[in-house]
Amino acid sequence: MNKVLTISASPHSFGVDSTQKIMYGVVLALLPALAASIYYFGIGALIVTAAAVISSVGFEYLIQKYVMKVKPSISDGSAMVTGLLLAFNLPTNIPIGLVILGSLISIGVGKLSFGGIGQNPFNPALVGRVFLLISYPVQMTSWPKPIIGRMNYLDAETGATPLAVVKEGLKNGESFSSIDIPAYLDLFFGYLGGCAGEISAFAILIGGIYMLWKKIITWHIPLTVLGSMVFFSGLLYLINPEGFADPIFHLITGGAMLGAFFMATDMVSSPMSVKGQIIFAIGIGFLTIVIRVFGAYPEGVSFAILIMNAFVPLLNTYFKPKRFGEVKKNG
Amino acid sequence: MLKTFPKGGVHPPENKLSAQAAIEVFPIPPQVVIPIAQHIGAPSTILVKRGDMVKTGQIIAKTSGFVSANIHSSVSGKVSKIEDVVDSSGYKRPCVIIDTEGDEWEEGISRDASLNSSIALEPKEIIERVLEKGIVGMGGATFPSHIKLNVPSGKKAEYLIINGVECEPYLTSDHRVMLEQPEQLMVGIQIIMKALGVSKAIIGIENNKPDAIETLNKLAPSYPGVSVEALKVQYPQGGEKQLIKATINREVPSGGLPIDVGAVVHNVGTAIAIYEAVQKNKPLIERVVTVTGKSLAKPSNFLVRIGTPISSLIEAAGGLPEDTGKVINGGPMMGKALSNLDVPVTKGTSGVLIIREEEASRKEIAPCIRCARCTHVCPMGLEPYLLMTVSKNSIWEKAEKNDIMDCIECGSCSYECPANRPLLDYIRLGKSKVSQIIRSRRQS
Repeated sequence: MNKVLTISASPHSFGVDSTQKIMYGVVLALLPALAASIYYFGIGALIVTAAAVISSVGFEYLIQKYVMKVKPSISDGSAMVTGLLLAFNLPTNIPIGLVILGSLISIGVGKLSFGGIGQNPFNPALVGRVFLLISYPVQMTSWPKPIIGRMNYLDAETGATPLAVVKEGLKNGESFSSIDIPAYLDLFFGYLGGCAGEISAFAILIGGIYMLWKKIITWHIPLTVLGSMVFFSGLLYLINPEGFADPIFHLITGGAMLGAFFMATDMVSSPMSVKGQIIFAIGIGFLTIVIRVFGAYPEGVSFAILIMNAFVPLLNTYFKPKRFGEVKKNG
Repeated sequence: MLKTFPKGGVHPPENKLSAQAAIEVFPIPPQVVIPIAQHIGAPSTILVKRGDMVKTGQIIAKTSGFVSANIHSSVSGKVSKIEDVVDSSGYKRPCVIIDTEGDEWEEGISRDASLNSSIALEPKEIIERVLEKGIVGMGGATFPSHIKLNVPSGKKAEYLIINGVECEPYLTSDHRVMLEQPEQLMVGIQIIMKALGVSKAIIGIENNKPDAIETLNKLAPSYPGVSVEALKVQYPQGGEKQLIKATINREVPSGGLPIDVGAVVHNVGTAIAIYEAVQKNKPLIERVVTVTGKSLAKPSNFLVRIGTPISSLIEAAGGLPEDTGKVINGGPMMGKALSNLDVPVTKGTSGVLIIREEEASRKEIAPCIRCARCTHVCPMGLEPYLLMTVSKNSIWEKAEKNDIMDCIECGSCSYECPANRPLLDYIRLGKSKVSQIIRSRRQS
């Protein structure tokens, strides 16, 4: 027995999961939403998504190789996820140039300037989206109407999103029930104007359930975000059902579902302890409703998540998991 | 619903390849190497010298402090050498080497296999006997058992918890012992109960051993106060604190001992060793060792004399496979990799695991993606990612403040990490530094 044996400290057995598997799991979970987007918005959804994915992965490669001079890590799949999520947060008739600019901001500023995967305090896709929203408000808020099988891209017929319609209507003193919005079932399946990947609550739920099943995410953040939105919008609705939109409307429109399942759950920019995650998620729900109801924008999920991202280090410091056998300090 | 500990844990593939292999008595080797430091605490003081003739079961080294244990010869023969030999720790440590001649046992040791269930000794005498016969915890920690039988003044033991969990993948020695010596186990439990003065004993067994649960459940009614608790499979349930939480739902305070919550935990193997010491006057000179591995021809459970070289066990189980990459003393989660297969079996050797080449090396380390899985699986409620970072950066104050000393080194964090980060390695480093700091603070 003169075999050379490997020596290492325990444990000697490891789980099968890897960063790559997690990232491609997220990509897979995003496919139903992509399918819904192509179904309702046609060719534009495909063009915007492809442009965002290719440019995000490309920028990650180029910046890592030529600016940071490190081994590019595009094979881990995280740049692909960022690209997909950025595309899902853009209207499908946005010029390709802006998509590429958004990718550069997402990857370059949102992610790599902090050191790359695992280091970014903010969700990189949202950094790109909010940059575009503030810099190009016109292009970022012209929403194509859902037309099944559409083949035109830039010159699509546009209209306001249900959130904007309701906000405008309520501001003009109309009562919520009198405002003309699509049926809730249509909204649930995605028959509404909006960002590419956010429209179909149904498709996002399929992806979300897949991620829960595969243990890529836990229920804490998505369900608390949605619960918190229902709670705060429900409170307003109970006070004055005619002056405020009902909670179901809030859940199935805008970026609520996409935000709750795919953006707020971004591992890197969310808290580490369950306690921290719950507080983080309550904050997102609360801020979303505040911005939607009282803010300048009709939609607030992106801002809410970015604001709560900023609180993560604080939450990690002050909301630790409960230690086993914690000794209570006297007095 | 089956009970388990509520926080954290992982479920690695069980791979109990040798679960159906009955215990075989391993032949007495021509030579044994008996380390005098095979328990936690002070190494024992050697009582024999080169050339001495010893009998099987004769004491050859005696306890040398409060935390220490007697050591007995596992064979009869001649002491050929007393020298430093590499043992399973990887360090050279003093050993007594005995050349076997026949198998002549020390007088007064009963080798009669019949069950003796009437307990004649008084609690004090039981504890003395356990000390005298060199019994240590056989689950792997090798803490001298007599200390755990002495309830410190001011504390009260309410429960005896018997650890039949065997949560380490691959290992089956406790499982086989429960199946093949259930009555001895039950009497051993009654002896420990008498020594502690407790009226309740719970045997915790994970439900991947239904045959053991059934066997002991059948016997339990004839032994007053003893009950069997089937537990959900969850690593590291065999950890003392996790097992107490799972069975009686009490939390041992940070830095405390099981007795602080009225519990004393002993392994099933230890309970049988105590039975043999008290009822048969037999010292701890042999134990059951699982020899296993995916490529091994014949995964087995052997009853082995202490001091037998591990290489001969592997030979008997079909020989070292071609594709061997690593050999582990213990299980895959907490066992120690061996550099040398001639090291002897000791009181704490519960298994020898042979790992294939392709599973032997670590994977490339990737950046932390802050997925928080290490935090979710930590059974002690710690934050391994944080402890690794502060240890890596030598921020010992923060490591201590974040309860690094509570880590039980179960390895769940490293197991789970998708980025293959060496969490436990850095936490171990941090623990040793922080304990140094704590010690020097106490001294000043």
